[in-house]
Amino acid sequence: MNFTRRKVLGAVGAGALAASIPARRAFSQNIVKIGMSMPQTGSLGAGGQAALVALRMWVEDVNKKGGLLGRKVELIAYDDQTNPANTPGIYTKLLDVDKVDLLIAPYGTVPTAPIMPLVKQRGKLLMGNFSFQVNHKVQHDMWFNNSPWNDASSWSDGFFAAGKKAGAKTVAFLAADQEFAQNLANGARKLAQQGGIKTVYDQNYPPTTTDFSGLIRAVRAARPDIVFVMSYPNDTVAIVRAVNEIGIGSGVKLFGGGMVGLQFTPNMVNLGSQLNGIVNYNSYVPGIKYPGVEEFLARYAKKAAEAKVDPLGFYLPPFNYAIGQILEQATQAVGSFDDEKLAKWLHANEVKTIVGPIRWDKSGEWAKPRVIQAQFRGVVDKNLEQWRKPGKQVVIYPEEYKTGEVITPFEKARRAK
Amino acid sequence: MRAHGIYWIAVAVLFAAALGAALAPVNEYFFYAAFVVLQFVVLATAWNILGGYAGYVNFGTGAFFAIGAYTATVLFKWLGAPLAVQIAAGAAMSGLLGFGVGLLTLRLRGIFFAIATVAVTFICETLMINWRYVGGATGLQLERPPVLEPFETYTRMLFVVMALLALGAVSIARYVQVSWIGRGLRAIRDTEEAAEASGVPTLRLKLFACTLSGALMGAAGAPMPMYLSFIEPASSFSLNYSINALAMPMIGGTAHWIGPVVGALLLASTQQIVTVTISNELNVMVVGVLLVLFVVLAPDGIVGLFKRWLRSSA
Amino acid sequence: MFFSWDLLAEAVMFGVLLGSFYAAVSIGLSVSFGLLDVPNVAHPAVMVFGSYCTFVLAGWGLDPILAGLVLMVPFFVLGVLIYRFYYEAFEKRGTDAAVRGLAFFFGVAFIIEVGLILAFGVDQRLVQAEYIGSSLALGDYRIPYRMLVAFGVALLLTFSLSLYLSRSYIGRAIKAVAQDEPALRLMAADPVRIKQWAFGIATGVSALAGAMLIVVGPVEPALDRAYIGRTFCVVVLAGLGSMTGTLAAGLILGIAEQIVLIFFGASWAPAVAFGLLLVVLGIRPQGLFGR
Repeated sequence: MNFTRRKVLGAVGAGALAASIPARRAFSQNIVKIGMSMPQTGSLGAGGQAALVALRMWVEDVNKKGGLLGRKVELIAYDDQTNPANTPGIYTKLLDVDKVDLLIAPYGTVPTAPIMPLVKQRGKLLMGNFSFQVNHKVQHDMWFNNSPWNDASSWSDGFFAAGKKAGAKTVAFLAADQEFAQNLANGARKLAQQGGIKTVYDQNYPPTTTDFSGLIRAVRAARPDIVFVMSYPNDTVAIVRAVNEIGIGSGVKLFGGGMVGLQFTPNMVNLGSQLNGIVNYNSYVPGIKYPGVEEFLARYAKKAAEAKVDPLGFYLPPFNYAIGQILEQATQAVGSFDDEKLAKWLHANEVKTIVGPIRWDKSGEWAKPRVIQAQFRGVVDKNLEQWRKPGKQVVIYPEEYKTGEVITPFEKARRAK
Repeated sequence: MRAHGIYWIAVAVLFAAALGAALAPVNEYFFYAAFVVLQFVVLATAWNILGGYAGYVNFGTGAFFAIGAYTATVLFKWLGAPLAVQIAAGAAMSGLLGFGVGLLTLRLRGIFFAIATVAVTFICETLMINWRYVGGATGLQLERPPVLEPFETYTRMLFVVMALLALGAVSIARYVQVSWIGRGLRAIRDTEEAAEASGVPTLRLKLFACTLSGALMGAAGAPMPMYLSFIEPASSFSLNYSINALAMPMIGGTAHWIGPVVGALLLASTQQIVTVTISNELNVMVVGVLLVLFVVLAPDGIVGLFKRWLRSSA
Repeated sequence: MFFSWDLLAEAVMFGVLLGSFYAAVSIGLSVSFGLLDVPNVAHPAVMVFGSYCTFVLAGWGLDPILAGLVLMVPFFVLGVLIYRFYYEAFEKRGTDAAVRGLAFFFGVAFIIEVGLILAFGVDQRLVQAEYIGSSLALGDYRIPYRMLVAFGVALLLTFSLSLYLSRSYIGRAIKAVAQDEPALRLMAADPVRIKQWAFGIATGVSALAGAMLIVVGPVEPALDRAYIGRTFCVVVLAGLGSMTGTLAAGLILGIAEQIVLIFFGASWAPAVAFGLLLVVLGIRPQGLFGR
């Protein structure tokens, strides 16, 4: 199953049993350890596996160049199974048993939320990995996110703007009861209110919900103009299937918004034409010219084929490789692995990565967000190659990446080519 | 009387050892893992008061444990209450829950009682899921208050607190076992109708056991939010707590107060080692397999096996 | 809360479909626990195991419901073995062993669950079939075909099992064992072999229930926890030993759940089965049709 993990864990096992190791930090002489947990199974699993391939690519690349500050980089990555209950234990183990030098957060808001207080208490730098507003309560000053959004506005402005242009007056919110969806929902509700759009339906569902027929029916009965869905991959897929099975109503102009999982290649291929018409967020689609990203994706495709994971790697991998680049530049500039010094440098400087230049604000989120909203159009079933070229995800926001106008209502967009 | 003396000396020695370890330069992870082991000593001991002594199989340990944790969370968030108050309140709430559950369900036999306790767990979990103040299904991040002198870290302090709770719980269980309460409970376990007929106040005794058991479980749960700096319903109410709290006394031996202690120390330590070296899942497999083995082959648990070995070698 | 008669009608309709599915899923427990008094809390876990077996067979090209039917035979054998073991280890040794028998089944349930996690991982598994993903349009209502298939199979299963128990020789022997074991022994019939056969049937039925489970929605190893409440609620509400009662109880649960889900919110729906169970245990523990 997880051979790499077993190997690492085996090595760790001997150390773990000797509980009387003195409690001072031990820097291994020629190795610098970077530790994290990554959801490799569970709801976020498909994305996490792809992200891990990208991180390992960076580790290989940086070690070829001599490592970080002359020391070989070793990446220790456990599987948290997308379960927030697992991450506090894993990160405590990373710090006290594996004795890692640097920390990277797990992919995703839900596995990351529980470790924020812990990391703050231990005074450790934490490199964020596609979490949404996970730092807004704890306000850890050594948190730096790699994802192109900032607050709910950066995420949903495009979605609401498209809706209003189409004349929408009412909105239905459907959100999973978990950290990501709730953070986004809290922001989106305020934005809808400010934008003069009336909420006609607002439901949270338990994150383990698998049957959405009842909820979709209730949404349909409320006759909304826009349906803003905030969900994680398992529920996202179930919701898309339910909508295709029983319909969302002919009056709906816009459907989607915050559905995690429609960016994972396996879901894109499996759902195929069921995706058509949905307007959803993304971080990268073919056609966007970030410096070096296309060359990276070509290399990634080979590694992914070997590892038998997501062969396209559009959503997470470039941004995960960027985490490595950020660490590289920061440690280079500061000359040490000291968490406080690194954090101070990162707050004050811009970093150049394969997803463009990044600068952070006070709470560790991107000062200049770059979330795109795109509409799926003309997608056919069981076809991987169609995704490689631009055209199947028509970018409708923001202006600088726009490739087309949104088609409404939703039912009409589903049949468009 | 000598037995009592020996027992209390042992308690004092153990507490001193725990305190000493917490102040010594021992690897931090030891305290993180040992906290969980001690927590299970409390849970197993608490379970055994109702399950072992009285014979009522409680499958709702998760409910009492989690209500203790959530009570502590509410007091911490609302009033910034100190740990001692959190624990007392957690014990009180779970004791109350135990009393209520007892009133409603103790007249049900065997499996119905067990299923009713599962029902209580799910219903309490649903209530917490629908309460936004404690975070709903999303959960709540919590920042620990500064640690008290002379402890270096909050985790070490929690370790000592849990050691105290464990010693306390075991002492209470020991008292119950040797007192008239214990005799009454044993009578109920053996044949309830006969006990009833000979004047044993069965309902009151059962309610007492249920309340006490619940209270101790709540006390074990109260430090959890501070331990993790996070709380969420799915893992707090998990049936994993239920099967562990049931398996540990059954493996250790349900007749004597030392059974749950032996079972918890052995099983929980194994689980911690397995988690660190292999995987998380295997924990539950270890519990399940050992439970089935012991229940089939050694119904009196490790303590029973030990007694038999003593007798045979005499 | 948004109310409309249309929505209520849809809730009831879907509740009927879902409810009969719940009945089919619980009918094995009705036999093993209702009739035979075996504290089989591992029943949902065995059913989920059946779902995974269906998943594997469906992966080789077999239709899921067909796979479920095929699996009934090996699961029957499995049931016989489990009962035999349970009888030798616990039932034979008297009432003190009852507590341990309960613990035994809990242990088995967890072993099955963890075994599935180790073998398949925690990811959700689905099956594909012609009838999964499309729905029947009846006026303004859309009824998913997968629910209709599950509904059909559930009805067939419940009625055939009911008929079997009341008409066939072995079926009546099973009912006799449930009612009066000593009398049966006096008539030179071996109650242990009859109970073994019955438990085998209950487990075989679980295989088909498992197939329906994965047709209706995705499965994951921990799914058995969600069904402990539903299956016991249905069995207790029906009244121990009543097969037709199981169908009625299933329908009541299904409709109640859907109404709560649509009008009170998805976050209250998981508690409906357990809440109903507690209410029944409190007010009328013998259920609707119990002895």
